[in-house]
Amino acid sequence: MPGTPEAEAVIRVRDLAARFDGRTIFEHVTFDVRRGEVFVILGGSGCGKSTLLKHMIGLYAPAEGSIEILGVRMDGLDGAARVALLRRIGVMWQSGALFGSSTLAENIGVPLEEHTDLPAEARDMVARVKLGLVGLADAAGRLPAEISGGMAKRAGIARAMALDPPILFLDEPSAGLDPITSAGLDALIRQLARDLGTTFVVVTHELQSILAIGDRCIMLDKEAKGMIAEGDPRRLRDESRNPVVRAFFRREVLA
Amino acid sequence: MSATAPDPATLDIRPDGPGRRLAFRGGLDAAAAARLWPEAMRAARGVHPLTLDLGGVTALDTAGAVLLLRLEREAHRAEFQGLAAGPLQALLDRTRAALDRPGPKPQPALPFLGRVGEATLRRARGAAGQVAFLGESLLAGLGALRAPWRLRWPEVLRHLDEAGLRAFGLTTLLGFLIGLILAFQSSIPMKQFGAEIFIPNLVGISLLRELGPLMAAVILAGRTGSAYAAELGTMTVNEEIDALRIMGIDPIAWLVLPRLLAAMLVMPVLALLMNLAGLLGMSVVMGTLGFPLVAVVNQLQAWVHLKDLVGGLAKAAMFGLAIGLVGCRAGLGAGRGPRAVGDAATAAVVGGIVSIVLLDGVSAVLFFRLGW
Repeated sequence: MPGTPEAEAVIRVRDLAARFDGRTIFEHVTFDVRRGEVFVILGGSGCGKSTLLKHMIGLYAPAEGSIEILGVRMDGLDGAARVALLRRIGVMWQSGALFGSSTLAENIGVPLEEHTDLPAEARDMVARVKLGLVGLADAAGRLPAEISGGMAKRAGIARAMALDPPILFLDEPSAGLDPITSAGLDALIRQLARDLGTTFVVVTHELQSILAIGDRCIMLDKEAKGMIAEGDPRRLRDESRNPVVRAFFRREVLA
Repeated sequence: MSATAPDPATLDIRPDGPGRRLAFRGGLDAAAAARLWPEAMRAARGVHPLTLDLGGVTALDTAGAVLLLRLEREAHRAEFQGLAAGPLQALLDRTRAALDRPGPKPQPALPFLGRVGEATLRRARGAAGQVAFLGESLLAGLGALRAPWRLRWPEVLRHLDEAGLRAFGLTTLLGFLIGLILAFQSSIPMKQFGAEIFIPNLVGISLLRELGPLMAAVILAGRTGSAYAAELGTMTVNEEIDALRIMGIDPIAWLVLPRLLAAMLVMPVLALLMNLAGLLGMSVVMGTLGFPLVAVVNQLQAWVHLKDLVGGLAKAAMFGLAIGLVGCRAGLGAGRGPRAVGDAATAAVVGGIVSIVLLDGVSAVLFFRLGW
């Protein structure tokens, strides 16, 4: 079951540190993400949430520590082994990062064409299924410039899911969206997690989203340069004694 | 999910009464679906009744479900057997529901005449936009003449540096080589008439009047026109141009004028550099033919007039203005998305080169009429 301690860890981060030009973003970050849960990385602006995500998907090499995804060390991996691992994760980028000169259906076809030998007809059908899953069946032939921000994020999720990866990473899914669209996206994430059993790692600072979708979370802090809390977000909100965590969940100005 | 399905899927095809029975076994993922697709499709075509035995399927992903549903469609009907209720069945149902949903309606294609009309209208609108842009730039330029202190001079300097100073090396190299090649090529037929001494006349006049300005303009169109289009195009795509307009700032005066001014000012300099480097290249060839430098200079002094040089440099300034206008217009008129920026840069270079050749033709007629 999602979030229960019995579920195996699909991602293991151990003593991770990120440094740029000698400046430490965070260090001593250690946590597990378990199969089937929606795991939220939260924190204020500039605390290194997106940096942590980029470490986890292998874009940045860790200064210290290690990251293991589905039992494979992510850092230092290259060649065919890296591609094999990347096929099994999907990433939705903050702005969607859809390819501007291709339609939504073609966007989803890219990983399918690159990583499978499916005939064009099958790729097209898979793309339609994925767009249907995120409620964009009617927009298959449209270009990214012709759709709204919320649609671009959903299309980004559809593309991330093209190869049915067991783990999806979402970077700020609700940033820049109106509350209704944002709530719709949260519902979509919950539904996908429930229906597909996909593990989600979500970076966000939207309080409502965190409480709506998160099974478990960790909180990063800029001052502490690392993790300051870990656990069920609802319990953190109600029980945490850390002033920063309390201020975050209660939208207070930190004294 | 290849990891959760270590057993590769297999397909067993058997006759089943009048129809066929396709038994799948193992993990039916994207790789397996791709592998089994042609064989399964052949086996299912027009078969009735078709039975899909899924009792041995241990894993299924979207691509696998798509294969099964496509087989069903190929045979018009199929009976699914053996799939236990659970996540696999749920995935199959979900995929079926998504595929059954009607897709977007295709746009009705216009008849031939309609397409011609549409294309004509688009062209006409584009041309009208060009004229309007020319008018706007002219007005902004007149405004700047009345209040020159309002022009962004640091910006003009930056563009002078980028379009001019940084192109000096390339221009000198190309000019030198062109002078060298021109002199060398013409020396072969000239030698037959013993007329090598007239090579400076030929190279000098063709460089100063035509080739110098033209080649410098081609360099400017490639280096600077495209850069203008890409920079302004990116700003258009990022809504920066709209932001300027909303701040009450005229993007023509703010962005276009400094660029136009820089392109216009820099072109005579580049053309002059091109000319001088070309003459130097020619002198080198003359030297190898046995003519000392002083003979070359004398020949040039006697036959090449100041009006050749000034006419060429005036043309160069005109070319610079045209390239700047075409480049800025392409950038500001860019559509949306990354492809729009590329299109704008292409339009700037192609449009720039076409316009300078056209202008060159016009000025040839003009200079002839004026008796230059």
